[in-house]
Parts: sequence; C-alpha cells; structure tokens
Amino acid sequence: MPAEFVIETRDLSYVFGDQKVLDQISLRVPPGTIYGFLGPNGAGKTTTIKILLNLLHSKEKNVFLFGQELNDHRIDVLSRIGSLIEQPAIYFHLTGRENLVNRARLLQLTSARVNEILDLVELTESAEKKAGKYSLGMKQRLGIGLALLPDPPLLILDEPTNGLDPNGIIEVRHLLQKLVKEQGKTVFISSHLLSEVEKMITHVGIINHGKLLFQGTIEELHGVSKSQIVIVTADLVESANLLLRNGYHAEVISDTIRIPFTTLGEVADVTAFLVSNKHQVYSISQSRENLEDLFLSITQS
Amino acid sequence: MKGFILSLKSEFYKTRKTLAFWSAILFPLVLCCLISFGFYYNSAKIIPFPAETQWFRFVGAFLGVMGSLLIPMLVIFQTFSINNIEHRSEMWKSLFSLPISKWSIYSAKYFYALFLNALCISLFASFIFASGYIMNFFVPEFKFNQYDISGLLFKMHLKLFLASTGILSIQFLFSLLWADFLKPMGIGFLFTVFGIITANLGWKYAYTIPFAHPMLALQNIMGQIMGREDKQRVFDLMDKEIYISLGVAVITFVIGYFVINKRNIK
Repeated sequence: MPAEFVIETRDLSYVFGDQKVLDQISLRVPPGTIYGFLGPNGAGKTTTIKILLNLLHSKEKNVFLFGQELNDHRIDVLSRIGSLIEQPAIYFHLTGRENLVNRARLLQLTSARVNEILDLVELTESAEKKAGKYSLGMKQRLGIGLALLPDPPLLILDEPTNGLDPNGIIEVRHLLQKLVKEQGKTVFISSHLLSEVEKMITHVGIINHGKLLFQGTIEELHGVSKSQIVIVTADLVESANLLLRNGYHAEVISDTIRIPFTTLGEVADVTAFLVSNKHQVYSISQSRENLEDLFLSITQS
Repeated sequence: MKGFILSLKSEFYKTRKTLAFWSAILFPLVLCCLISFGFYYNSAKIIPFPAETQWFRFVGAFLGVMGSLLIPMLVIFQTFSINNIEHRSEMWKSLFSLPISKWSIYSAKYFYALFLNALCISLFASFIFASGYIMNFFVPEFKFNQYDISGLLFKMHLKLFLASTGILSIQFLFSLLWADFLKPMGIGFLFTVFGIITANLGWKYAYTIPFAHPMLALQNIMGQIMGREDKQRVFDLMDKEIYISLGVAVITFVIGYFVINKRNIK
C-alpha cells in the first residue's frame, strides 16, 4: 500500500553545537503535489533538506520517505529521489553532456536518457561546452537535469530558481508542473521568495527560526489571509471614531477606513450601521492580504 | 561490489582529462627523457663501465630522488587532486545523496588513488628500462643490452610502491578532510622532510614514520645488493618498514571510512 505521505518528519529537531536549528518540524508532503518549503535565509530549509537526503543525520528515527525510515533504508529511499541542493553540484572541467554521462554511468542509465534530459532542460546545443563556462541559468538547468536523470518519483530542489531570470523561472515552473501533472511526480521545492514559487505550488510549509509556522494547501494559506472591508466616506475621521466607539476595529489607512472581517454579513452590518448614522458612504469594497504580505507577517510574527 | 566498480569507473571518467591522471603518466615520461638526455650527452663518461654498472648508475639517478622526495610529493599531489575534484565543485553532498553506499564511493576513490600511484611507479620502471635500450640504439657503445635488469628493476619499484602505501593513506585522509591545498600539502611536506632526515641519520625508530619508508626501503635495497659477497643482485621485498607501511595504510583507510560515514556533509 503506498504511503499516505511521500515525506513525513515527526517532531524533527536538529542542533548545531549549542544552536537549535530545527525545532520539532513535522512535515507532511502528500504524493503528486508541489510542496513549497518557504522561509527566509537561515530559517532551516537547507538543514531540513540535508536531513531528508541523509547528508545530516537525525539521531532519532523520525524521518520517513515513501513510508520508510530513512536511516534504515538509505539506499532504497535515495534511489527514488532526485535532488538539487543549494547551487548545482557539477564538475566544471567536464562538458554538460559528460556531467550527465558520468551520473548516468553511476546509476546504470542509458546514453539515450542523457539525450532526453539534455532536450528537456534545453541544453542540447551547449552539451559539448565545458560546464564551467555555462551561465548561472544553464548551470541551474544542468543541476535540475542531473536531478531528473534517474526519473525519480520525488524531486527535492533547494532554491532551484536562484539566479534564474524571469523566463528561466517560468520555464522551471512549467517543467515541474508538467512532471507532476503528466508523470505523477512529487516535488519538494524550497525558496526564500514566495513570489517565485506561488504560481506552481499546491502545498506550502512556512519555516522560520527552525519552527514550522504554517503547513497546508495553498488555498488554506489564502484562507488565513486577513480580509478587510475598505470604506470611503465623506468624513473618514468622524466615521472611524463612530465605528471605534461601537466596537469595530477600524483603522484609517491612505484615505480609507479598514476593518477586518470574516463573513460577508459583517460587511452588510457595517454598511447599514454607517448609513443609519447618516454618514455619507462613497464606496465599500473588500481587500485580501496578498500572499507575499501574509508570508512576511507569518515569518515576522 | 557493483557500486564500487561503478564508482571506480566514474573516478577514471572524471579525472581522465585532469592533471591528477596525466601527472601519473607525464611525470615519469618527462623525467626519463631529461635524465636520458643527460646520459646521452655524457655517454663518454659512462661507456667505459661494465653493463651492470651502467644500469646501476642510470637507475640510481632516478631512485635517489624517488626514494626521498619524488614519491611522497607525487602521492601528496595525486591524493589531493583526486579529492579536490569533489571539494572544488562542492560535489560531496551530491555524491553522498546518490543511492550508492558510502563505502563504495570512499573505497573506489581510495583504490583509484592507489592505482594512480601504482601506474606512476610502474611507468617509471618501464620508461627507465625502455630508455636504456633506446640509448643503446643511438649510442651502440653503451652496454645496456648486455645485462638484463628487468626483474631487479621492477622488484625495486614494487618495493617502493609498497613503501609508499602508508603515506598515500594518510595523505588521502588529509585531503578528504581539508579542501584547501595548503593543509595536506604543508603537513605532508613537513613529514616528508622529517622522514628524510630521520632515515638519513639512521635513527633507530625511523621505521615508525611512514614518510621515511620509501627512503628506508631504498637504503635496504642498496644495502642488501651491495653488501653481498656472492655478487647476487637480490634483496628482500618484504621487511619491517614495508609491513608497517601496509599496516598504517590499512588502519588509516578504515579510520577514513568511519570519519566519512559519521561525518555530516555541510
């Protein structure tokens, strides 16, 4: 029976010297999803990823991939993962093709697969060029190609859009979406910029100071974003004072009154209240905090 | 075993265009050419000697340098180059996240370093042997073709190879742990000088220092060959410093694996 989660950690903690880098992280990544693992630099993303790849060792048996405990099933688990950690690890003195051929030989893959990957990451024309002479974007694409080479069901990519121009980011997004949609792969992708990955991810985990602050679907993340009623009246200060005196959390921000709300009934109540008190209401609208602001408010809270 | 063979092939594939590999071939070739030219232009001084003495003078020109400085320095350079390929590309994390056992990756790298050292030393023996005959072709007055030194020559080089395995293991571990060239190079050079001094001074515990082993091996070879009254050119392949060198190699190799296995890859 396939595991419920492709990646699962149970209260994973990790300490570097005296510093607690991860504090009871419980990741749950369902199969067939693109899971965005977000957090500012130094939040603990790369440490988590290194633990998932057994490069750093969790002392307890609390890391499970494909339902298998990692320390006990290292080779089996790693055979189902393609990874890219921080900057792509490539041999600069070898060509792009030679980098892929070397990895293919290690993993007993055919040279036809190398050609497929070169096509997929659009490096066929530069395949014979030394990887040291590649641009940052090309190196990143080669790194992704190396991760994809064994056709693994799980891709773990640490900041794969680093150094890519907007077109490069769009290409990576399309590639990953295609892999998930057409081949049913699971992608675990880390980034410190929500804007770079929000258009591709289906699930999100937000980490800061080693703690997992939010985990859920992207829709659930939208759900926790603050909705506000935005009101413009003839006399903003008078209207705001009236609302405050009557228990509404009104704030005047850039020539509008803003009041948080959860149900549409509250919008109707506020409107009726102002009108019944003879305030001239010019406009009433709703605004929702964008994800970037929400991400910042979660990580800075 | 499959992981080991695949990793070993990968080591060759990765290094085949680098100095790590080519130094093992070019170094003996260039040195042989240089010393042969020296003998060729000074042939008049060598020709009067008997065939055996001509060979010993020619071989001695190499072995003196090899035993003291050349082998330790080559080993330091080669072990550094093999591990530096991974350090330079920050490749350790990628290598150790592959579905291949750490033992296979580590031991393949070690045995590749051992192979390069063996290749280099055996090429020295081959090129020296070939050079003698080539010089004889150009200067027929030489008597290199009148004495078969092949058996003795390869046995000497085999002993030097065995004597260098301890240094190789230690330097391999150093270059595995440290990415910069200065630490393994500096420590290795310091130990090499220490080894040369102790061996030359005839310190009775010099055999405990792996970096002195090639020099001691050479001294033993010369001592046994020259000291025989029956003029038989034979010497013991295995003696105290060779056993210690092999022992150090095995112990350091095992320690290196435990270090790698327990080490977190940052």
